[in-house]
Amino acid sequence: MARVLITLPRSARLGEVVEIRTLLSHPMESGQRTDAEGRLIPRDIVRQFSCRYDGELVFSARLDTPIAVNPYIAFFTVAQATGTLVFAWEGDNGFRQTESRTLTVA
Amino acid sequence: MSVQRRHVLIAAAGTLALPTARATPEAMAAAVREFTGGAPVRDGGVLFDIAPLVENGNTVPITVSVDSPMTAADHVKEIGLFNEMNPQTLIAIFGLGPRAGRASVSTRIRLSTSQKLVAIAKMSDGSLRRHQVEVLVTIAACTEG
Repeated sequence: MARVLITLPRSARLGEVVEIRTLLSHPMESGQRTDAEGRLIPRDIVRQFSCRYDGELVFSARLDTPIAVNPYIAFFTVAQATGTLVFAWEGDNGFRQTESRTLTVA
Repeated sequence: MSVQRRHVLIAAAGTLALPTARATPEAMAAAVREFTGGAPVRDGGVLFDIAPLVENGNTVPITVSVDSPMTAADHVKEIGLFNEMNPQTLIAIFGLGPRAGRASVSTRIRLSTSQKLVAIAKMSDGSLRRHQVEVLVTIAACTEG
């Protein structure tokens, strides 16, 4: 399991637009670099990210090699109800990680 | 480039069908066409926020914001980011909707050299908006062996 940092408020007012910042520990190996012996290092990147709020897709991203190491993605969502946000990353070599956070809406 | 490295590269390119070493302005135009479907793109309404002078191309903070009320009737559906000179011209495609509340996305990218970048927003009414920027890169990414 890669390390993940997710920043979002614990609670929000109904209808408030909240910022969500995510950081995933991942090499994002571009497939362009060579090792000390001159061999190409195979590509190993995160290709897909999504955020579901109580099951509904609220944000997604298709990523490619120009995304920097340890992909950082920040976006917004509307606080609609107290619920669970599920964050999912998928990538090369079967990489898959899921995290969830609760947002309390007052 | 040593003969050995060249052989390795040719072999790798042959077996893995790797992208060419560098994209071109034409490749960016083609990738943009694929995203837009060839529909007309209007300048304005999008802000591609990036430092005009990038000291370190390995990690470049960017924010793309689109003027939109983000309602069910009028919102941003997708934002595509493209570059002209990296090995890969597509940077990312972000999927948004009325549940986003605000059409603004931040990330960090790599830039191999000074070049043009473009952000294109696909709106819910099918229209397309664009902001093109030009950046100077002092230390390039992707070059370290």
